[in-house]
Formats: sequence, C-alpha cells, structure tokens
Amino acid sequence: MELKSDVIHQYLRPKKKFPHVWCSGCGLGVILGSMIRSIHSLDIPKDDVVVCSGIGCSSRLPVYVDFNTLHTTHGRAIAFATGVKVAKPRLKVIVVTGDGDCLAIGGNHFIHACRRNIDITVILANNWIYGMTGGQFSPTTPTEKFGSTAPYGNIEQPFNPCDLAISAGASYVARSTVYHVDQLDKMITGALNKRGFSVVEVLSNCHTYFGRLNKEGDPVTMLNYFKKHALPVQAWDKVPEEKRAGKFVTGLLHDVEKDEYCDNYEKLVERLQAKMESK
Amino acid sequence: MEKQVKLLQGNEACVEGAVMAGVRFFGGYPITPSTEIAEGMARRLPLLGGRFMQMEDEIASMASIIGASCAGAKSMTATSGPGFSLMQENLGYAYITETPCVIVNVQRGGPSTGLPTKVSQADTMQAGFGTHGDYRAIALAPSGVEEILYQTIEAVNLSEMYRTPVVLLLDEVTAHMREKVMIPSPEDVDVKQRRKPTVPPDWYKHFEISPTGVSPMAAFGDGYRFNITGLTHDQVGFPTAVSSEIVAMLDKLRDKIVKNAEDICDYELTEMDDDPKVAIVSYGIVARAAKQAVMMARDQRLKVGAVRPKTIWPLAVNRLRKLLKPVRKLIVAELNQGQLINMIKHHVDRRHTEIIPLQRYDGELITPAQILNKIKEVKHHGTQV
Repeated sequence: MELKSDVIHQYLRPKKKFPHVWCSGCGLGVILGSMIRSIHSLDIPKDDVVVCSGIGCSSRLPVYVDFNTLHTTHGRAIAFATGVKVAKPRLKVIVVTGDGDCLAIGGNHFIHACRRNIDITVILANNWIYGMTGGQFSPTTPTEKFGSTAPYGNIEQPFNPCDLAISAGASYVARSTVYHVDQLDKMITGALNKRGFSVVEVLSNCHTYFGRLNKEGDPVTMLNYFKKHALPVQAWDKVPEEKRAGKFVTGLLHDVEKDEYCDNYEKLVERLQAKMESK
Repeated sequence: MEKQVKLLQGNEACVEGAVMAGVRFFGGYPITPSTEIAEGMARRLPLLGGRFMQMEDEIASMASIIGASCAGAKSMTATSGPGFSLMQENLGYAYITETPCVIVNVQRGGPSTGLPTKVSQADTMQAGFGTHGDYRAIALAPSGVEEILYQTIEAVNLSEMYRTPVVLLLDEVTAHMREKVMIPSPEDVDVKQRRKPTVPPDWYKHFEISPTGVSPMAAFGDGYRFNITGLTHDQVGFPTAVSSEIVAMLDKLRDKIVKNAEDICDYELTEMDDDPKVAIVSYGIVARAAKQAVMMARDQRLKVGAVRPKTIWPLAVNRLRKLLKPVRKLIVAELNQGQLINMIKHHVDRRHTEIIPLQRYDGELITPAQILNKIKEVKHHGTQV
C-alpha cells in the first residue's frame, strides 16, 4: 500500500477550509483515512462515489472528501442514500453514520435497508455516546456507564449493532476499531466490494465525552482499551464463554449471498418490457 | 395524435400527469385518501423503466425522493395530513438544498389522524409554512380531475424551473371523484427540465447566485463533485456562519419565489368582467361550488363574481388587489376554521372591502346553496348593487 497520508491527500477537498470540526485525538480521522484507502484500493472513480451522512460528529465526514457528498438530516442518511442508489444504481453509495444517528433516530431506516438488502455500505462509527450535542447516552451506551443525560449511570440495555444488522437481513456485517487499522481497511474494502447491504461497525473513541464522563482516560488509553478487549472472530469462536466476558468480537461476522434490491428491480423491469414486446 | 378521452379518478389523473411530466422515481407510504397515487405509480413506473419504492414511512419517502432528485431523476411522493406532517422535516431539507421534487398532499380532516375519509382544506397554511425556518413555498390547488392532470405536470415543471419542492394540494373529494379527462398527446405537453451547468467541474457552484435567481444543477455521477448540506451554506455548498453568506442564501430562497409570484400564480375568474361589488374567493373543490353559486345568483339577477387562485402559495398579490378593487364585500369560502381568509385579509385593502368568512369543517362540502344563501345575506345587509 502507498504511503497512507499521500493517498488521503489525493481525496481531500482542496477548497474546503480546514481544520475539521473533530477534537484532536478523535477516532473519526482514522475512519476517514480507512474509507479513502479502501476506495483507492478498489480503483473506484471519484465521480462514481456518493457519500451520505446524517447529523453528528461522524456525519461531518463527507464535507472533507472529494466525492459526491450529501449531508442530510438526523438519522435519515440511509433513506436519502436509498433514493440516490435506486435512481442511479451504477453509483457506489456509502453512508457514514454514528450510533445515535443510525440506531436511535435512524433505527427504522437502518433495519429496513438491511431487509431490502440494497447495495449500500454503512460505516457506523460507534463511540457509545452523542458527541456533538455534549455527551448524552446513546442506544449503544453500555448499562451503568455515564452520560450527561445519565448522570447516575445508564439504566437501559444497549443494542449490538452487528447482531441487529444480521437479524434484519444485511448480507455483509463486520466490526473493527480505530486501533485495528489494517483490519478496518480490510473490512471496509470487503464491504465496498459486496453486492448487497453491508455494515461495518467501527468502535471509535470519544475521549472528550465518553472517556471523561466515565473516567476512561485520554485517546491513547481508549485505544489501548480497544487493543486489549478486541477478540478476532476466529479466536472468539474457539474460546469458552467465560473468556469472552468483557471482550468484543471483531472481523467479518456475516457474509452471505442473497438477492440485491436494485438487481431485483432491474429484473422486474426487464421482465415487464419483454412481456410488452411479445404482445 | 388525437386526444384520448378517459373517465378518471383524481388520484389516477395525478399519476397520468406525473408520468407525462417525466417523473421516474416515486417513494411513498400508504395513506388514505392518497393511496391510489402510490398504487398507480407502482403499476406504471416499472413499465417505463422508472422506479417505485414503498418506503418504511413518510420521513423516508421524502428523503428518498430528494436523494433520487440529487441523482438526476424527477421524483414525487404522495400523502395526506399525518404523512405530510412527517415529511416536513425533509421538506425543509429540500427547500434549503433547492432540490426539485413534488409532494402531493391529498387533504383530509385533522389535526392528527382526524377524518381519514373526509374532505378538508385545513392544511392550507401547512403547505406554505409547515417546516421550520424562513423559506417560500409553491403550492398548487386544482379544483377538478382534468386540472389535476395538468397541474401535476405544472408542479413538476415549476419544481424543475425554480429548483424547489412543489406541493400539489388536493383534497379527498377531488382525489376520489371521477370525471371525464381529455388526455393530451405527449407532443402537446410542455415538459421542462432543470438547467444543467455549462461550466467545467472546477468552476461549478451548486448554489451559485445567478441572474435568474435559480442555480444550474448537476446530478451526482455527472462528473461534478459537490457537497449538499442542510446546514446554511455558501454558494459552493459548504457550511457557513458568515453573516453575508447566511443572508445571501436565505434571500435567494425567498426571492426566486417572491419575484416570480406573478408568473407562478394564476387565477380563474367567473363573472368578474362587469366589476361585481360582491365576490367569492375560494380554491380547490370549494371553488366548484362557488362557481355554481355565482351562476345561480346571476340567474336571479344578482351581480356576483368568483375568483379562484389556482396557486395558493405564492399568491400573485398585485393581480389579486387589482381584481378585487371594485369588490366591496368579499366572501372567503373554505373547508377549515379560517386559513385562506388570513392571507386575503393581509393583501386586500379592508377600508374598501369587507371580508366575510364562510367556513365548514365537519368533513362535508360547502354546497352551492350555502354560498348562494351567504351571497343573499351579504347583499341584504348594506351594499347597493
């Protein structure tokens, strides 16, 4: 692979006034880099890539990258992306979203896009908290963890986004972290290559809010947490239940072949047009 | 090609108009009394190589048609009150991002679930000011089945010409009644397309301030790589918090509609030539009853006229004032507790013209007899005609 920063610079928008909005040490920059490297490695022309997002820290990502970019309303990115993809199926459509955007306000759109198995890649930055609005608990905040709206600890149960995507019908589901960059590149590249709805959950550090409110430290400490607690799926499958406690599984969790929505629609159109011609 | 004559329901006429205007993407969610539009589009679009999608809700429906429009497709959705409320969020996104699309709202009684199968005009204000923030809306209001066909085409054309969402405001009765429709042959239909950029991609600004007030629009995949955001943005499309850029963007949204209001809005006049001192203003299905009432009144030698705005938002204010100048008593008839009347009050000189409400909101139509009675009552009290 080429020197990573060189590749990234080819894909950043020259006219956009940097600096970006993210806190120093934020994991979102790593995700941006990984997305660019994956697109670059697959040789997808910039003109054919559409990056959609909703609202939140992660959703600010598209504005910095030199593709067709659509920064939409809170939670709705997948529904907008669906319209783009169906109207012009040759485009490579990527949604960058966060745990609040995708799983709370956008939960319904997420599960229905999984169900349709439409050829869209979702990169879900999961930092267990609402960062942009100041540290409120999210649908992935672990029970008993603190948020600015959970000052006595979270009493809710979190979603497991990958399990949710698999059971709703996505055809490619993977998890990685902003520490495991090579694995992350592989997972996103695999997702972009998949014909169908693909989801890559990326555990990312929000030291500014999650780290501070939960006394989990600075970016380095949080990256160390990912390093120590990630268990690749090959190992996960072999270890006994008690050794999985406190850990999370990473890697490619689900990869199946099934009918894709746009393909099915194209087949329907062809069937109807053949029928009209034979009349 | 000769015109084809068909007996069509209003919702079916809407489908015909949409297809003729070039709509090739529809995203919708079932809701009474608009569902026949979705059903019709589901049948027609795949035959034309277009795409119909039944989305998971109206929020997603609105999002999907904006996305499709960004990819270059003429797109549309159809709904009724509760769905129209859900669409307001992304409708605002379509206004700020100046994305052409058409939203059909077949009005039923409200608020909330209200009267799903009954007629109403209680979304008049919502069609103009439903979503938050400053913007100007276009909302068309046909009063019969054939006009639904033509105004659907007009709605698509206006959305393309002004790069803005356009609301087509129907009601339960016009949507469900059946009338004879002369279907025009395709070569007789004037179909407009959005203006495409002619500059090289490096120079392209998605929200460029142009002499016409409307920016050319590239589609995703055309080779222009640009940013679209629901944040207040500069001409290029990047978020901004600079005062001058904020004002420029908001003024652009306003001016492209306000400055063209006289072109966008049209009126149908009934017996207004002899400067009647009593007149009725109404729109949509109510205007049909008003027209009938005027005929009945004229038969009884009562000098009365009727004005029907075919466009509710924006009103062509100058023309309206001119039209209503001789009128001393103006009846505003509508199927709600008084929405159109506030717009009329705002624009008409009330030192010369008394404005009289005629409102019904029990889910039934205002009848010609009711309007005639009102005319007589108004004539009886005062004004010499």
